[in-house]
Amino acid sequence: MSDDRLTIAGREFRSRLWVGTGKYKDFVETKKAIETSGADVVTVAVRRVNVTDRNSENLLDYLDPKQYTILPNTAGCYTVEDAVRYARLARAAGVSDLVKLEVIGDERTLFPDTAGLIEAARILIKEGFVVLPYTNDDPIVAQKLVDIGCPAVMPLAAPIGSGLGIRNPYNLKIILETVNVPVIVDAGVGTASDAALAMEYGADAVLMNTAIAGAKEPIAMAEAMKYAVEAGRLAYKAGRIPRKLYATASSPIEGML
Amino acid sequence: MHVQVNGESRRVPEEINVTGLLRDLELNVERVAVEVNLEILDRRDFDARTLREGDRIEILSFIGGGGGSGHE
Repeated sequence: MSDDRLTIAGREFRSRLWVGTGKYKDFVETKKAIETSGADVVTVAVRRVNVTDRNSENLLDYLDPKQYTILPNTAGCYTVEDAVRYARLARAAGVSDLVKLEVIGDERTLFPDTAGLIEAARILIKEGFVVLPYTNDDPIVAQKLVDIGCPAVMPLAAPIGSGLGIRNPYNLKIILETVNVPVIVDAGVGTASDAALAMEYGADAVLMNTAIAGAKEPIAMAEAMKYAVEAGRLAYKAGRIPRKLYATASSPIEGML
Repeated sequence: MHVQVNGESRRVPEEINVTGLLRDLELNVERVAVEVNLEILDRRDFDARTLREGDRIEILSFIGGGGGSGHE
């Protein structure tokens, strides 16, 4: 699989499993899980530093930005203004123009506000950002995001952290057929088979956080996800057999008594 | 003089610049973003930016996160 690289906006990625860094017990577990997953893209959030506790550790002490592509998100932003502000702060805090753009529409579902998303993406792209938008499983919105210059789209499988798996495989398949940029299935994966399925449909990568961090054994789940994404990708490239209603024998008739 | 740092009032020396403030807070210049009165500063301007009484400073960095944000 080593020659099967994912390229987005001129950047090459080895792994097709992307992972978030939230919800782990501590930084040691975060680091171990991410190493085990084989991911080379990790998402992070941007927040106020603790200025009172001098001993508070920094996530980047555990995740070397030279080793990983740090993908800051605008998680927690409910307006275009906030998302744009956080994206700019992320760029100022980091070293690249990459941003995983989230404009959340509702607290309960955490579904994207796709109108706000398109507006924010337009502003940030004009400012030179490489915008990877967290979007709904809506082919029309996905295409609009591509049209305004997003080099990839990140449709959800299901609500963030829900573990429901791919709720609308047909929409996802339409997105995969219609957009001509990489599609990264983001959010909603619950277990390895969900990730494998996304890859079998032809997704270019899968991004997850809770499915690993929230598992009983996060490190073991990180390993399961690594294999699931690899297996799904291989199966997609190998090309599955068509589904048929009736049996087709696998052994010849010739030579039978 | 007093400035606001991440929402809290803090006494700092007169004429201190952003680099000096970060040093006092023992923060790594390479790992933070600084906003002064809603203006995001370029890291290269930390030395040149002298703070004034009442400035509202936000210092942010990367923390663990996936999608969404909230309390559980």
